[in-house]
Amino acid sequence: MAEKGRIVTGVLAPHPPHLVYASNPPQNEPRSSRAGAWNGLLQGYEALRARLSRRDFDVIVVHTPHWKTRVGHHFLGIPRCQGLSVDPVFPNLFRFQFDLAVDVPLAEAICAEAASAGLVTKMMRNPDFRLDYGTITSNYLCRPAFDLPVVAISSSRVYFDYSNEAGDREMIALGDATQRAIERLGRRALCLATCSLSHRHFTEEPADPEDPAFEHIYNQNQQRWDDHILSLMRSGETRRIVDEMPDFIEGCVSETKDGSLTWLLAALGFPQHPGVVHGYGSVIGTGNAVVEWDLA
Amino acid sequence: MSGTVLRGYLVPNKPHPLLAPERNPGWARLRAAMEETGKEIRASGADLILLFSTRWPSIIGHQIQADPAPEWWAVDEDFHDLGTLHYRLRMDAEFAEAWCAAAQARGLTARTVAYRGFPVDVGTIAALRLLDPDNSIPACVVSCNAYSDRAETVVLGKAARDAVARLERHAVAVGVTALSDRMFTEWMDPAQDRIHSLKDDEWNRKILELLASGRLEDVAQLAREFTRQANGDSKLKAIWWLAAVMGQHNRYAGSVRAYEALWGTGAAVVGLVPSEARVGDLEYDEDDLETFRGERGVLAQ
Repeated sequence: MAEKGRIVTGVLAPHPPHLVYASNPPQNEPRSSRAGAWNGLLQGYEALRARLSRRDFDVIVVHTPHWKTRVGHHFLGIPRCQGLSVDPVFPNLFRFQFDLAVDVPLAEAICAEAASAGLVTKMMRNPDFRLDYGTITSNYLCRPAFDLPVVAISSSRVYFDYSNEAGDREMIALGDATQRAIERLGRRALCLATCSLSHRHFTEEPADPEDPAFEHIYNQNQQRWDDHILSLMRSGETRRIVDEMPDFIEGCVSETKDGSLTWLLAALGFPQHPGVVHGYGSVIGTGNAVVEWDLA
Repeated sequence: MSGTVLRGYLVPNKPHPLLAPERNPGWARLRAAMEETGKEIRASGADLILLFSTRWPSIIGHQIQADPAPEWWAVDEDFHDLGTLHYRLRMDAEFAEAWCAAAQARGLTARTVAYRGFPVDVGTIAALRLLDPDNSIPACVVSCNAYSDRAETVVLGKAARDAVARLERHAVAVGVTALSDRMFTEWMDPAQDRIHSLKDDEWNRKILELLASGRLEDVAQLAREFTRQANGDSKLKAIWWLAAVMGQHNRYAGSVRAYEALWGTGAAVVGLVPSEARVGDLEYDEDDLETFRGERGVLAQ
């Protein structure tokens, strides 16, 4: 029998393709100017990677807002995903060659646990499926070697089709199911909630998308909400974050409406120790934070 | 002969009629109606199919596909078990550039996209595969901006008219959209598909009744109320756009070729042909902008 697994680390790991673009990896076709608009976040990811390198993981589990499903929660169920990913929103920035292995047994186990908890679920078995860029970018930013298998979980539209409260209830159940499956299969997991905090975009782009003069949080309302949520993270008040989540979502158009952060905090068992905020900054007006909860 | 918009259509934005018509008689009827509509388009003398797809969201203004031959594959995010949509499309790149320029001249943020591997959306692919399976007529598709409202969308439609006139195209305009957009959120036997609620069904039938009377602009004016009542797909931006492209009036011969449920949502195939018959010259509450001067960053620092 496998040793009881656990979530070693959980990370709020935002996925703007801008951060991959700015890094100029060989897999990405566009080249950036390195003008520096997102340096704070890139440095945050660098600090995160340094800490993650000291831990052993078997798998990366990602809950991604860019695989949007309205009929329940879906799980990537093909053993390998590779090809060219072009962002339909920012194709000028992200055209990335990727190759990822998938931990299908763990995906199936989470799917089964979620179904037994009453959630609507589906395994995705179509070999032609185009993996969303949120999964790819967050994997690259946390583990650029792509040397760990992934589990990708879709973002069910519960919050949108029903309510923020209903969405949070499902995400807590999904987080619990994720934790149980990881334990049962004996995995040492890195879990990523790949979403922004405040999520109001500018709808124009400067000639150089990386121009620092252009970049700031959309407005002070968004900034204040982000500051508040970050303060709760720093003080370990993760249950309060979820308590306030419906207001946070409505208050600043937060991408947490896609469920990723609530899922992560539930999977981590609502940690009461401070999260480590490695970086915070804006990307095309949205608020993004790299935050780590180390459970090792 | 100067450019003109010959006809307008509404078609569904889900792949079921293309990939699984045998699983539900309604899905098969939608497919048959789209195929018949495609024959009509090909016989119309059109040299351009213009599309607005609610399945292609954008953030940076309005994106217009300008790759002359996009070729790749797509799989629906929810209904991946229906199979893979392999596509090779034929796009009018010259028109895309002209439309983009016209949109910018009217104050909109717009750009063209032409990248290998760009993920053309499932709605566009399914529509073009059924309306023009041999790519006999070049197409041009624009995204559905997440932040735009009616003003921008109407100006975007007018910009399409500008480009049609400038390049002397004979276009048909197609809104790829659901009507009511409440889906069933559980798995079900496809044969049991139905409109999500009686309320959604009644609202769908009301606007289809108006469209059958040729009252496209009236429906565009009702879009906000429809969206409030029946969870209209993307605020019914596709209808705002279609009404603007078609000239913002009610002088059409309308026909509802099919109305069915697609996983609970309202799906219809509607045709609108310009007609001299006048149905209502009404006063409207909504603005009619020529140029977009709205300040998108009004709330920004």
